Amino acid sequence: MSHAPLASACAAVLRRDLTLAWRRRGDIVMPVLYALIVITLFPFALGPEEALLQRIAGGAVLVTMLLAMLLALDAMFRSDIEDGSLEQLMLSPQPLALMLGMKILAHWITTALPLIVIAPLLAGMLHLPTAVMPVLVYALLLSTPLLSLLGAVLVALTAGTRRSGMLLALMLLPLCVPVVIFAAGAVAAAQQGLPWLAPIAWLGAALVMALVLAPLACATALRIALDA
Amino acid sequence: MANWIPLWVHKLSSPPNFYRFAGVVRPWALALALITGAVALYGGLVLAPADYQQGDAYRIIFIHVPSAWMSLFIYGVMAVASFISLVWRIKLAEVVAMESAPIGAAFTFITLVTGSLWGKPMWGTWWTWDARLTSELVLLFLYLGVIGLYHSFEDRRQGARAAAFLAIIGIINVPIVHFSVNWWNTLHQGSTVRILGPSKISGDMLWPLLTMMAATKFYYIASLFGRVRTDLLSMESGKDWVKQIADAYGSASAASAGRAGAAEKESKA
Amino acid sequence: MSAFLAMGGYAMYVWPAYAVFFIVLIADYLNPSLRRRRNLRELRSRMARQAARQQRNPTPP
Repeated sequence: MSHAPLASACAAVLRRDLTLAWRRRGDIVMPVLYALIVITLFPFALGPEEALLQRIAGGAVLVTMLLAMLLALDAMFRSDIEDGSLEQLMLSPQPLALMLGMKILAHWITTALPLIVIAPLLAGMLHLPTAVMPVLVYALLLSTPLLSLLGAVLVALTAGTRRSGMLLALMLLPLCVPVVIFAAGAVAAAQQGLPWLAPIAWLGAALVMALVLAPLACATALRIALDA
Repeated sequence: MANWIPLWVHKLSSPPNFYRFAGVVRPWALALALITGAVALYGGLVLAPADYQQGDAYRIIFIHVPSAWMSLFIYGVMAVASFISLVWRIKLAEVVAMESAPIGAAFTFITLVTGSLWGKPMWGTWWTWDARLTSELVLLFLYLGVIGLYHSFEDRRQGARAAAFLAIIGIINVPIVHFSVNWWNTLHQGSTVRILGPSKISGDMLWPLLTMMAATKFYYIASLFGRVRTDLLSMESGKDWVKQIADAYGSASAASAGRAGAAEKESKA
Repeated sequence: MSAFLAMGGYAMYVWPAYAVFFIVLIADYLNPSLRRRRNLRELRSRMARQAARQQRNPTPP
């Protein structure tokens, strides 16, 4: 018996998830819309004063991104658990961690990438200086995959439970504190004209670690949560 | 060589044996906790002199610092027990890990509340985004996450295993949070408050502190064993040893109810 | 004694802190005992029901 080669199995999982996401385009727009709404509310709550908005812009955009991703996180494996395709994946001869890594990648592409694309727009609405925009995008490019990977582990842990929305937020908070600190720290440093490379480098290091460890942890968590 | 240690551990980790063992140890641990706690309170509240800078407000230290130590210590115990339960699938380790979580959360909560009660007269504010305070708050969220995950599963053993995994992720996270919060503080340089500078603590203040630390450890043993006993009973409720205990409990309470009934009749007559 | 209770003017901080310490720990300590009593009562009533059922039809189908 010959198994499909690893690369083509990965590609198949990725293609399947992207196709499914594309069929339900409305769901992709939701987090973006949510982020837009939240950012619109900030000036109403704090007043339209430009200096104040400028000061909070970086942090507000990052927290909004985090919340928008949290909103979409819950659905990462849900439909796959409901229709049983996740169990198929667990039984397949290919390493589960790698397959889950592909699913996480697909999830990142469909939820985080649109958010990153509109992030400069959102930051512009809050008057973030144009010179700081690249740093914001770097920070988002490194921190959103990190959040996807960490979130995937937690989603896998709650896979056996019914309601998990609030619980997921509670579990994610301690894990995302360092991510938020370094991502927002980079933007704040750039805004103050300080060197911002160090926090970006820390994020990069954390991302590399998470890329290796999180899919494995995710596979373990899924096995724990679904072994009934 | 020391073959009897694994053997003893193995025997002890069977639920009925541990139930009995915990039943014997628990009252002694509670008694020790009460005695050492009373001594520490007397030493801390009465014998120790007032601090020359903080006056009597510093006396909160005798509960605040031991609670903070316990909040970290119990997280460590929980993580080790979680690791054991995931690797060797020992039921007792699961129960110990999951029943440690509420006690640890209680100590973390006490640490936060007493800390802010201490901070108000000393720094003039209930809360400051200091590295230690923030880490302690994150620790509380970690505990709550573990407890919440454990209770969200219908199957308790499965819930315990999932929550154990979360506890292990959490203990990797704690130093990272502490490091990042420290970095964050240097970046923002907000209200830098020095809690407990490097000043030497005098012996009069030190011994009640250490005694209180021992008392909280004894308390933890007493509370944990009570919780573990309760959990073992409900987890093993189909087993014979539990039925015997329920029988004994029932006849005792029936007897006391009978006595009460008789007394009532007498009083009516 | 009243000087001791006054805590050098910090009574409103020191005593609530100690109160929280004791109240939380007492609640934590009593919680499992209450749970245990309830569990045992439920278990006993279940056992009693089973015994009654067995008495009614001694040979279960």
